[in-house]
Amino acid sequence: MSVHTLTIDQRLVSARQGETVLDAAKEAGISIPTLCYLDGISTVGACRLCLVEVEGQSKLLPACVTAAAEGMVVQTHTEHLQRYRRMIVELLLAEGNHICAVCVSNGHCELQDLAVDMGVDHVGLAYQFPDRQVDISHQRFGLDHNRCVLCTRCVRACDELEGVHTWDMAGRGRNSHVVSDLNQPWGEASSCTSCGKCVSACPTGALFDRGSTVGEMQRDRDRLSFIANARQERQVARGPHAPS
Amino acid sequence: MTRIKLATVWLGGCSGCHMSFLDLDEWLFELAQQVELVYSPFADVKTYPEGVDVALVEGAVANQDHLEMIRQVRDRSQFLISFGDCAVTGNVTAIRNVLGAAEPVLTRAYLEAADVRPQLPEADILPPLLEAVMPVHQVVPVDCYLPGCPPNAERIRAVLEPLLRGDRPALSGADFIRFG
Ligand code: SF4
Ligand code: FES
Repeated sequence: MSVHTLTIDQRLVSARQGETVLDAAKEAGISIPTLCYLDGISTVGACRLCLVEVEGQSKLLPACVTAAAEGMVVQTHTEHLQRYRRMIVELLLAEGNHICAVCVSNGHCELQDLAVDMGVDHVGLAYQFPDRQVDISHQRFGLDHNRCVLCTRCVRACDELEGVHTWDMAGRGRNSHVVSDLNQPWGEASSCTSCGKCVSACPTGALFDRGSTVGEMQRDRDRLSFIANARQERQVARGPHAPS
Repeated sequence: MTRIKLATVWLGGCSGCHMSFLDLDEWLFELAQQVELVYSPFADVKTYPEGVDVALVEGAVANQDHLEMIRQVRDRSQFLISFGDCAVTGNVTAIRNVLGAAEPVLTRAYLEAADVRPQLPEADILPPLLEAVMPVHQVVPVDCYLPGCPPNAERIRAVLEPLLRGDRPALSGADFIRFG
């Protein structure tokens, strides 16, 4: 297998064929902020938080979908990038209705964490206060569209790990939203197996276990990585502690 | 040494930020020696004075009274701190904004959700609601943001301590700027 050597933040880093800049950075212990990326499912380059500067390229490139190449020189944390990232987080906060104080994911939310990392102590843009719905028609889970950041992690986790594709996206621009089956209430979506993988995948409080209250949603992302890995390696196992 | 003139203001919030201020416990004694509390829900002062050095403003701007108050506070204060999530983001106070205007909010609260004798409050009892709730910085310039619902005592102290020394506070990291 061929190996590439590239430079990330002045450090020489190696990457195997097929790895992305994000993979290479992670392996070298260099952290790049992400939101739509989730270990174990496909990448879509939707949120743009992982944008990096690559020497010789006039455009910024999303690290999660950019193949690592021989001789590449990458910068991950320039002032320019951090400014864009802060802007993206502020846009996300202004676009939805993110009221951390009353959210099931308060304290365990990737958007909240990103805001801290980007130094967002207030949002300079006008909040949009969109009128969005909450779907609690499913017996076990709920979906609060107010908190959705449209990362599509639920769509991909359902499709690729459970093999179902209950979720998809509908609408455009500010009207984009996730839908279950043929735009039915979740509880009536007959394809849903109630496996809960979408809930584990969600970075915010948008998807939640019914009955959870403020700050109670702590997600087990390792469970998803475990399943993704087991599928890839074709291991037949039923839980993290099953004998291999 | 002239003592810093401190004011605390309560707009559209639940007073939780002010309760949290009281959590400063024994540090309040130290603070009391270094500041003069010139206006606050904790003090019986009717009008907001001129020449305030530092103002902590809790709550979002939700009604006409808040609007007039915050303009006066800005005019008369040197350093204005947006105190807590309602002031900084609108937070719970601004949830009503999804209804689009003031009238549907009153209808929802006083008519649709009423169990007995649904009626709108008389105009002179309730300050007129603004069509939309706004974070403080959307109305007047803000000098410092202190997020949290409520910001805990440690955060409040991290903002006040530098000011007492004559420095500008700079908050960062999850312990100091995380919303919620
Ligand atoms: S529901 Fe959650 S996982 Fe799905 S798109 Fe919205 S934020 Fe992403
Ligand atoms: S993590 Fe790369 S674009 Fe979202």
